[in-house]
Amino acid sequence: MAQTKKSELLTNPINLNNPITVQVLGICSALAVTVKLEPAIVMAISVTVVTALANLIISLIRNTIPSRIRIIVQLVVVSFLVILVDQVLKAFMYDLDKALSVYVGLIITNCIVMGRLEAFALGNKPFPALLDGIGSGAGYGVILIVVAFIREFFGSGTLFDHQILPDSIYIENGGFYSNCGFMLNPPMALILIGIVIWIQRAKVKELQEK
Amino acid sequence: MKALRKYLDKIKPNFQEGGKFSKLKSTFGAFESFFFVPDKVTTKGAHIRDNMDMKRNMTAVIIALLPALFFGMWNTGSFHYQSLGENPGFWSEFFYGLGQVFPIIVVSYVSGLFLEFLFAQIRKEEVNEGFLVTGLLIPMIVPVDVPLWMVAVATMFAVLIGKEVFGGTGMNIVNPALLARAFLFFAYPSKMSGDKVWIAGMGDPETKIVDGFSGATPLADLANTGSTHYSIADQFFGFIPGAIGETSTLCILIGAVILIWTGVASWKIMISGVAGLLLTGLLINAVGSSYDISSLKDASEIARVNYLNTPFWQHLILGGFAFGIVFMATDPVTAAQTETGKWIYGFLIGAMVLLVRVINPAFPEGVMLAILFGNICAPLIDHIIIRQNIKRRLKRAKTN
Repeated sequence: MAQTKKSELLTNPINLNNPITVQVLGICSALAVTVKLEPAIVMAISVTVVTALANLIISLIRNTIPSRIRIIVQLVVVSFLVILVDQVLKAFMYDLDKALSVYVGLIITNCIVMGRLEAFALGNKPFPALLDGIGSGAGYGVILIVVAFIREFFGSGTLFDHQILPDSIYIENGGFYSNCGFMLNPPMALILIGIVIWIQRAKVKELQEK
Repeated sequence: MKALRKYLDKIKPNFQEGGKFSKLKSTFGAFESFFFVPDKVTTKGAHIRDNMDMKRNMTAVIIALLPALFFGMWNTGSFHYQSLGENPGFWSEFFYGLGQVFPIIVVSYVSGLFLEFLFAQIRKEEVNEGFLVTGLLIPMIVPVDVPLWMVAVATMFAVLIGKEVFGGTGMNIVNPALLARAFLFFAYPSKMSGDKVWIAGMGDPETKIVDGFSGATPLADLANTGSTHYSIADQFFGFIPGAIGETSTLCILIGAVILIWTGVASWKIMISGVAGLLLTGLLINAVGSSYDISSLKDASEIARVNYLNTPFWQHLILGGFAFGIVFMATDPVTAAQTETGKWIYGFLIGAMVLLVRVINPAFPEGVMLAILFGNICAPLIDHIIIRQNIKRRLKRAKTN
């Protein structure tokens, strides 16, 4: 693999090599946790932390892992980190942890984490691996936040659980507006991610297929 | 008409290559072919004698829709005045209904055509007539009391996600009009279902509704009590509350005759759809007779058993089945293309309508979901039929 610049390791996954919109990884959690903005951000941070640290640790021990059992070793490292994150969330943000329910635990099986470990950490030095982990997590997080913003704003009329749209415009209070219930359903998240991919491909020339 | 032709000819150079408004070429082309039949003639080779193009196809469908539309307008007015306890006569009822329905049609056309023109402009394609039917179908399958901005949002969603994403008219997987309704149904359920949305003005708390008047559709009556005060003739002729265009089975039958006569819609789909519904209905009636309704407490359980025991043929005239199977399921783009496939496709929809309606009374309007399901399955059905055909012919080639 050609040597990429360190700054590109951070920025590439956000646009050109985005885990969700280009590699199409981690879709399941993106559909599940984006109903509200707050859990989406927490999820984004958790995934970034896990990906970055797992990348770093695996890269440090990459020369000592026998390749036949590397998946097991990766899983051990990732599950250790995920349990750590889960415990921190339980200790400091208990309500949010309940809202995220199984999805924090499922970071273990998140394709982005395993994908980056296999594709990058096993063949690169610790510092680039750390940057790549942060970049991938951020690329995942950006999409999560964009989708969650749209879904919470149009689906509930709130942002971070604060009412943004005035109460008086709702039908029940004599106005005309009504929240779009479809936004709260997972299919709409899939459609929104599809629209994000569409816009991204239209804008970025490198991604267009001939 | 002559003056219009002259005017169009005068401004035409502006829209050609290099003209002032060359960017708006497809917009101009759309208006020109809307008013006049395109005068393009091939210089050599085959000349087509009968010009059965998309425009004529669409016109046939719109003419077929008109009886149901006009009946729906009158019915809207009629039920509005019934709910107030007044009887102002035929024409005021009709014009009241016209006043209620017309804005929905305008909003549906304007918001949909806006997107169509926009995409044609960006992609430098011709605007085609595909939306003319969709734009009329959408108002006919929504409750009359639906807020106009919701119609606009749903129409734009359907045109964007249902059609333009896949490449425009003729490329869509699901019927855009039904997609618009599905969007409304899941996004704004309080405005799309219930007992109040079907009568104009009934949702407004200030309207004085006559005592004892209920806006529930016969379908809802049947779910709740197992019977409805509307007679079978009422249900057939359409003197019942419901979405604007769906109530009158008679007017829809007239439309069906027009569609079959002009060859636009496939009679195979209609017939097999009815057969699917009737056969499933017989099966369901057989199951239903074994239940004891008095022992049930849960409302959805009771509704299910009530539907199980509704005579199988009555489902033909209830809800949107007639409208769906005649105008929506037969959409030539989203239906199965192979002739054998059409039988399977129609049967699947007919059977699915009853299954959704009966097994899950939370969605009494199973027609919408059944047809969308049929649309999704259509390519698969075609694929299997074509594979079978290839296999059969290979076999024949080998034996000879």
